[in-house]
Amino acid sequence: MRITPDEVRQIATLARLSFTEEELTELTQHFDTILTYVDKLGELQTDSVEPTAHAVAVSAPLRDDVVTNTPNAAQTDALLANAPSRKTHFFRVPKIIE
Amino acid sequence: MSHYALTIHQAQEKLRAREVSAVELSQAVLNRIQDTDQHLHSYLTVCAEEALAQAETADRTLANGATPPPLCGIPIALKDVILAQGVRSTAGSKILEHFVSPYDATVTQRLKEAGAVIIGKVNCDEFAMGSSNENSAFNPCRNPWDTDRVPGGSSGGSASSVAADQTCAALGTDTGGSIRLPAAFCGIVGLKPTYGRVSRFGVVAYASSLDQVGPCTKDVRDCALLLEVIAGHDPRDSTSVNRPTPSYTAHLERGVSGLRIGIPQEYFIEGMQPEVETAVGDAIAHLQVLGAEIVPISLPHTEYAIASYYVIAMAEASSNLARYDGVRYGYRAAEVEDLGALYQTTRAQGFGSEVKRRIALGTYVLSAGYYDAYYVKAQKVRTLIRQDFLDAFKTCDIIATPVAPTTAFRLGEKLADPLTMYLSDIFTIAVNLAGLPGLSVPCGFDQHGLPIGLQLIGRPFDEEALLQAGYAYEQDHDWGARKPPL
Repeated sequence: MRITPDEVRQIATLARLSFTEEELTELTQHFDTILTYVDKLGELQTDSVEPTAHAVAVSAPLRDDVVTNTPNAAQTDALLANAPSRKTHFFRVPKIIE
Repeated sequence: MSHYALTIHQAQEKLRAREVSAVELSQAVLNRIQDTDQHLHSYLTVCAEEALAQAETADRTLANGATPPPLCGIPIALKDVILAQGVRSTAGSKILEHFVSPYDATVTQRLKEAGAVIIGKVNCDEFAMGSSNENSAFNPCRNPWDTDRVPGGSSGGSASSVAADQTCAALGTDTGGSIRLPAAFCGIVGLKPTYGRVSRFGVVAYASSLDQVGPCTKDVRDCALLLEVIAGHDPRDSTSVNRPTPSYTAHLERGVSGLRIGIPQEYFIEGMQPEVETAVGDAIAHLQVLGAEIVPISLPHTEYAIASYYVIAMAEASSNLARYDGVRYGYRAAEVEDLGALYQTTRAQGFGSEVKRRIALGTYVLSAGYYDAYYVKAQKVRTLIRQDFLDAFKTCDIIATPVAPTTAFRLGEKLADPLTMYLSDIFTIAVNLAGLPGLSVPCGFDQHGLPIGLQLIGRPFDEEALLQAGYAYEQDHDWGARKPPL
């Protein structure tokens, strides 16, 4: 195996995911299959090749620093309507400070 | 012919001649959905009330005599990753099951400005991750040609709804083949535009350097019409390219005389379904008869495309999907003690297994110690794959290949082994890595009556050449006009 269940558990924690023992066994197996397949990239000599992040040249266009979207009560309400828990104009979360 | 079976351009004519009203057309489509969708599950949300109200507005516009906007009164369905204001947008995920979008995606806004009627939101693999639609958190969508088979993914509902006349046309998204594969499996026309051609603003992100919105339509003319409406620069998407949008319909009938069509040897492989090879070969031969020149080419890094794609797409997905944390919108796990547990439990319960697999693998390839070996390596191979195409386009104008090595497979057939499923995209994925436009056009049926698709690949921003070639081929064949037995 290229990766152990403990390593996959550690990855899951980093990704803010959790898995049952059974899921973890299956996922470790899938990691192994997929990483083994991906290893074929190693057949290619790429030392002098530049990486491509975007296929089409992308600049970072700038715009004037002005407010384009003035907040209003209706919009705020529409956004907060999707909150799983809210209090007045705030999102509500479990206590984070002891 | 029933109203629901009309193409966009046929409906345009009938609406403008007042032979049918926009309300009648939308009602016919809504009835068709009601009559057929229990077999197909194309729709996740049907916007009956809103659609009829939009159709009434369209009828008033049509009645006042002036030239109506291009899609006035035409029903269009949206893949459920594309936001529409006030409408539920689930992205096929339990984590967004009750999410109601507070705003329109740019493409939705453009459709509305063009007079379109948003008829509903169609099924897809969760967060557009999949090749069969079986990763939808809701009832997976079926192929109208054989409901035991998959419609292809991830835009399965976009393709099945168009094939089954449950809408005039639909929008899908394509990250590694997600428009072209279902288009081929369902026997319709599907286009992935050049990266940057269409705005991604308001589209739920999967892999941002690869995602692109495109049309799913009943014929090539409709595809050109719909692309014309949705394409163009959008200041709200920094990757949208600022260059003029040609009129894709204006020169559709130009033909293929003198067009050089490249045939890559790497795309005709062992293990391909023989009927697919024959149908695609016949289509290429027909284009030659119409005056195109056939040029053998090579795309030597083809076999590395899937590996490169999955590393890049999973890395980008792990980053994009970090936003689903149960705080601001979407599902939140009940009864958790602290914020850390809230994130972890919400995501464990809210995401399906394929999405979690991709987030975990993406996190792994981006983690310290593996970043260069996997992520940077995949990006370097992406450069080689893109260079293959740029080199090939020195000797040809477009490239012709199959869309997929087989016709639609059965539900469950590839579910147990993720890698086998990933290989379904073997002919479509390199196009996304290279950022090129790709068109899927129906080119035949196999012995089971399942559709086969021809893929045409073009230079960056040369959608016109693809549409012209696809149109020329379509004029002499009726594959796309055949209807599934529903």
